[in-house]
Amino acid sequence: MPERIKHQPLDSKKIKQPDAEIHIIKDQCKGCGFCIEFCPKKVLEESQEINARGVHPPKIVDESKCIICSFCTAVCPDFAIFVTEKPSKEE
Amino acid sequence: MSSMTKKRVLPSGARFMSGDIACAEGAIAAGCRFFAGYPITPATEIAEHLSARMPEFGGIYIQMEDEIASLVAVIGASYAGLKAMTATSGPGFSLMQENIGLAAMTEAPCVIVDIMRGGPSTGQPTLPGQQDVMQAKWGSHGDYSIIALSPSSVQEMFNLTIEAFNMAETYRVPALVMGDEIVAHMWEKVVIPPASEIRIVNRKKPHDSRDKYEPFMPDDDLVPPMACFGEGYRFHATGLTHDEYGYPRTQSSEVQSKLVRRLCEKVSRNEDKIIRVEKVMLEDADVAVVAYGIVARAALSAVRKAREAGIKAGLLRLITLWPFPEKHVAAVTNQVKTIVVPEMNCGQMVREVERAAKETPVAFLSKLGEDPHTPNEILKVIKGNI
Amino acid sequence: MVQEMVHPFSKYLRSAMIPHIWCSGCGNGVVLNSFVHALDELQMDLDKLVVVSGIGCIGRSAGYTNADSFHTTHGRAIPFATGVKLANPELEVVVISGDGDLFAIGGNHFIHAARRNIGIKVICANNFNYGMTGGQQGPTTPLESLTTTTPYGNIEHPFNLVHLAAASGATYVARWTTLHVRRLTQSIKRMLQKEGFCFIEVVTPCPEIFGRHNKMRTGLEMMEWFKRSSVVENFSDPSKAEITPERIVVGEFVNVQKVSYEKFFHEKLAQINEKAVEW
Repeated sequence: MPERIKHQPLDSKKIKQPDAEIHIIKDQCKGCGFCIEFCPKKVLEESQEINARGVHPPKIVDESKCIICSFCTAVCPDFAIFVTEKPSKEE
Repeated sequence: MSSMTKKRVLPSGARFMSGDIACAEGAIAAGCRFFAGYPITPATEIAEHLSARMPEFGGIYIQMEDEIASLVAVIGASYAGLKAMTATSGPGFSLMQENIGLAAMTEAPCVIVDIMRGGPSTGQPTLPGQQDVMQAKWGSHGDYSIIALSPSSVQEMFNLTIEAFNMAETYRVPALVMGDEIVAHMWEKVVIPPASEIRIVNRKKPHDSRDKYEPFMPDDDLVPPMACFGEGYRFHATGLTHDEYGYPRTQSSEVQSKLVRRLCEKVSRNEDKIIRVEKVMLEDADVAVVAYGIVARAALSAVRKAREAGIKAGLLRLITLWPFPEKHVAAVTNQVKTIVVPEMNCGQMVREVERAAKETPVAFLSKLGEDPHTPNEILKVIKGNI
Repeated sequence: MVQEMVHPFSKYLRSAMIPHIWCSGCGNGVVLNSFVHALDELQMDLDKLVVVSGIGCIGRSAGYTNADSFHTTHGRAIPFATGVKLANPELEVVVISGDGDLFAIGGNHFIHAARRNIGIKVICANNFNYGMTGGQQGPTTPLESLTTTTPYGNIEHPFNLVHLAAASGATYVARWTTLHVRRLTQSIKRMLQKEGFCFIEVVTPCPEIFGRHNKMRTGLEMMEWFKRSSVVENFSDPSKAEITPERIVVGEFVNVQKVSYEKFFHEKLAQINEKAVEW
């Protein structure tokens, strides 16, 4: 439960938290930084590794914070990142 | 589309019409169902006639904003599966050159009618000329090939337009009908054959399945089968140098060499099937007149008069201008002592004749303006060179 | 993170041609992404789609889309698309091209296609210069901008593309930036379901050339400009929809109903043939 919420939301058992799976096609990334900059939850940051194109692809900071808004998927010019939802184990 | 229209092909038999109208009717008879054009003297009547007739066959007529758009729309319609044509004269023909190159590069079957008039530039819109014949072959940048036909009569405006469509479909090239203002505007008898007797050729369709289709992989005749948009082939075509998949390959010398040479050879290697000439009284001739278009009519008259005067003259009429009937010209020049070439320009096809004629002397007779050469003018040159 | 799966939009792209040639931070990839996003949401039949492009960096998009496609000569995508649409009105014909291709050399074709309301859909990636040839001035280059052919600052006023499209008769006109990816996808969807000539301008970063010459060296800096300056003013007066360093007016400007050329033509065909008599 995020810290700022002082009590259990009334519908917390009904509403499913997104269980995101972020896929980064590292060697297709050209290092533009759009996904990192425009992620509303700051889930991504620039990694230190260098990919086949000679740039730093993004790396995931905390996948659990991702809300699957898919903005990164939509704004990536290189089709190098997309988000899916992990198949749920138990409802 | 055909279910909602009543087909009204011209009934067979003799009719009286102008060259422009014969050309338009020939297009319809050939199966043309898309015309995009722009008004220009002396080809305007083709557009006007087709604006009324095309819709009667469920075909499309559109007047575009300029000649450039006209030809490009024709290429688009061709890629969408229709037989498509445009018609223009010198100034419009010049505008179309870039996209003649596009049609050649993307191997889009299409027919372009150029009713030649006095040039250069705006020139003499209502008077004839033969000044665009070299431009027909070389007008666009780069190396490519086209097929160009030269009608000498209203009947040929009908027949050769159909021929042009067949050539375009067979070889996937732009096929040009190089008429002139006189042949276009004069009225003559035309015999329309029954539809069953008109030979129509359609483009080769792919023999591969959709996932294996390579849009620019040629068959043995150097012509690739052509899918069209909407058939599920999902192929790409571009004016950039491309490989067999149609994808741009702008850095490879090998691809450039292979593609461009094939575009040229697909016509040159099939020359014997393409070229048509008419030979009159050449068997025993000492002097041959080589002519085309409206000028060939006067030349025929001159040759007959020469024969009456005891001169063994003959006529080689070029029906195909490009590819140039080099072998036919060479054969004639080997036989005769002199060649006479009358043209309504300052010397265009005569250069090709000279090239083929080698040592045989060639006399060139130029005429510019309202009338083609009179038979007597040509006769005088025949007499003077014998 | 798990092992890499295939990108869900791979089926809309020609895999042999990906990765594309566009620079890092170039907005063309975003335009393509928004476009295929719209195709996906509409579950469009790719066998009925034809993508036509002109010359320019964005012109390569026809080669990247997994549909029947054609890359024309400079400026001629619109008349080509017109020929295709008329020959087979069942096809969805989309033109994706650039500001120079569509509005300089192709300007005449644009206004006439809009005027006659032919049912083709046009997406213009407006990056304010001629990128492919190295960054020359174009018809949308802002005043005083530096380009390779305006080293002293551009002295020509740029077109207002949405105003031009609206004035020429387009039935749907919108402008977004590559930051407004969701709204751009929605606009593309709306356009693909609409009759008549439709136009969407996408303000696109060209960081390598235009941006670099004009103090916005990266795609991010250009996107920051969009973020800072964009205002959504739906159905405001397109003639006032300016693009300046301080203000980029985006939104949907025109959405009207008007019979398309091809529909009108077929209505006429039906009338002609009702009255027809055999020769």
